[in-house]
Amino acid sequence: MSGASFATGGATASATYQKVGSIRAERRRVLIGAYIALAVFVVFFLLPPVYMLITSLKSSAEIADLSGNPWIVTRPTLQNYWELLTEGNYLLHFRNSIIVTACVVAITMVISILAAFSLSRMRFWGSGVLATGVFLTYLVPETLLFIPLFQIIGGIGMYNNLWAMVLIYPTLTVPFCTWIMIGYFSSIPKELDEAALIDGANHFQMLWKIFIPVALPGILAATIFAFTVSWAQFLYPMAFLVSSEQMVLTTGIVSDLIRGDTFVWGKIMAGALMAALPPLLVYAFLMDYYIAGLTAGATKG
Amino acid sequence: MADGSAIAAGRVPATAGQPRTGTLKRMARRRSTLAFLMALPLLAVIAGLVIYPFFYAIELSMLNKRMTRFVGIDNFTFLLGRETFQLVIFQSVLFAVTAVIAKALIGFVLAHVLHALPAKGQRKWRGMLLVPWVIPPAVSTLAWWWLFDPSYSAFNWMLAVFGAGPVPWLGDAGWARFAVILVNTWYGAPFFMIMYLAALKSVPDQLYEAAAIDGATGIQKLRYVTLPMMRNIISITVLFSLIVTFANFDIVRILTNGGPQDRTHLFGTYAFQVGIQSGDIPLGAAVSLFMFPLLAVFAVLILRGVNQRTKEGL
Repeated sequence: MSGASFATGGATASATYQKVGSIRAERRRVLIGAYIALAVFVVFFLLPPVYMLITSLKSSAEIADLSGNPWIVTRPTLQNYWELLTEGNYLLHFRNSIIVTACVVAITMVISILAAFSLSRMRFWGSGVLATGVFLTYLVPETLLFIPLFQIIGGIGMYNNLWAMVLIYPTLTVPFCTWIMIGYFSSIPKELDEAALIDGANHFQMLWKIFIPVALPGILAATIFAFTVSWAQFLYPMAFLVSSEQMVLTTGIVSDLIRGDTFVWGKIMAGALMAALPPLLVYAFLMDYYIAGLTAGATKG
Repeated sequence: MADGSAIAAGRVPATAGQPRTGTLKRMARRRSTLAFLMALPLLAVIAGLVIYPFFYAIELSMLNKRMTRFVGIDNFTFLLGRETFQLVIFQSVLFAVTAVIAKALIGFVLAHVLHALPAKGQRKWRGMLLVPWVIPPAVSTLAWWWLFDPSYSAFNWMLAVFGAGPVPWLGDAGWARFAVILVNTWYGAPFFMIMYLAALKSVPDQLYEAAAIDGATGIQKLRYVTLPMMRNIISITVLFSLIVTFANFDIVRILTNGGPQDRTHLFGTYAFQVGIQSGDIPLGAAVSLFMFPLLAVFAVLILRGVNQRTKEGL
C-alpha cells in the first residue's frame, strides 16, 4: 500500500524536477521512496517464512506459553528437526517427493523436447493445431479434471499408489515445458539445421548435437518449471493417496503431525521449512534462467 | 489415437513402395512421419489425461450418486438450486477478482520500484521478493494458518500491543474471506512482479527520452508510454492469473477448508468435499465442470493476446 504512495511520490518528484532542474536530487528522492516501498513489501513477503523458522526453533512448552512474545525465541532448540529426521514418516515423505519429482521431470523433459522439436521444425498434418492445443492444455487447471482422474486411477488399480502421481503429474508439466521449448527451438536459425543436413546428419543427431546444446537455457528453465510444479502439487496427492507410507511432503506434513486436535506446531513448521528448502535452493542458484524462460514463454511463444 | 497411428503406419509402406517418385517428396513424407512419431508421447498425454478425462467428466456428471443411472442435467440443476453452491459461485468470483486486482497492483508497483533501482542491487531485492512464489503454497499456507491460529495468533499478539482487540481471522466469514484473499495475494504478487519487470525492461528508453523532451510528467509517461507498451502483457498475465486463482485449491483447503459455514468454499475445494470426501463423484464432477465455460472464455482471450503478440513480434 505504501507502494502506491511511492508512485505518487515519484510523480511529484519529477514535477519538481522541472522547477529545480536537478536530475540527481530527483533520482535520489525516487531511490529513497523505492527503498522504503521495497522494505515494506519485503517484510510482508518474508513474514510467514521467518515466523516458520522462529516457531520451528521453539520447544512445545515455549509455543504453548501465551505470556511471552511469539516473535522471539528464548531457548532455541533443534529438537523439532531432530525428531522429524529420526522418528515418524517425514523422511519417507521426503524420499517419496524426490522419487516422484525426479521421475516426472525426466519424463516431462523427454516428452516435451521430442514434441517441441517436431512441432517447431518438422511439420506434419495437424501440427499447427497441436501447438495451439498444447497451449490450451497448459491453461487447464488441475481442479477441473481431478474427479474423472480419480475414477480412472481407481479403475486401473493405482489408487493410493505413489506411482499414480508419476503418471498424472505430466499433464501439468508437459504442456508448458513443450511451449517453452517450441519458443527456444524456433529461435534457432534455420541455417544451422541446413548445415547439419548437408553434413549428412539425421534428425536425431540434429536434435542431440545442435538443438539441445543451443537451447540449454530453455531446457534448464523447463526443468525448473517441472520441478517446481511436481514438488508443490497438493490436490492430486490429497485426492489419490491415503496411507502415510505413500504420501508426499505436501500432504504428509499435515496428515502425520495433526492428530485430532493436537497440533504439533513446532514440528509442522520445521517440516514445512525443510520442504520449502529444495525449491528455495534451486531458485537461489538458477533464478535467472527460470525467469528468462518463463517470461519468454509467456510473452513470445 | 488409434487411427492416428494407422495413418502413420500407412505412410511408411507407401513411401517404401514407390522409391522413384522424387527424393524430395519422399524425404518430406518420411520427415512428417518421424515428426508425428516424435510428438506421439505428447499426444498420448493430452488425449489420455486431458481430453478423455474431460469427456469422462461430462459422462460422470450425468449419473446418479451410485453411478448406476443416467439422470441428464439433474446434477447441474440441483446444484444451481442449492444455496451453498450459489455461495460457491459468488465466492469464487469475489476471490478471483479481488485477489487478481490486488496481485496486479502490487506486482505493478514492485516492478516499477525494482526497475528504478541500480542494476547491482536489483537482483538481491528481486530474489527476496520472489520468496512467497517459490515456496510451495501448500507449505507456506501452513505458516499462515499458524499465524491466524485462534488462540496463539502472532498477528493478534501484535494487534494487542497496539491495543486492538483480537481478530477472529478464520472464525468469522468476512475475516476468513479476507484471509484467503490475503494469502493468495501474498503468494501470487511476485509472479506479476517478474512478468511486469520483464515487460518494463523491454520498453525502449528512447520513448521515455522523447516523452521527457516533450515535457511529460511521471504520470504522463506512465499513462502514455508505459501502459500502452505493456497493455498486451498486462492482459495476458491478468487473464492467466484469473484462471489459476479461480481454480485455486491449496490455500482455501488448508486455511479454512471452506468454513466457516461454507463461506470460503471455491469451486475446487467444494468439488473435493462433495466428490471425494462425501463420495458423490457425479456431483463433484458437475461442480468442477461449472468452471469450464468461464475458463474457456479466458483461455480463448489469452490465446488471442499471445497470437497478437507473436504477430507484432514483440
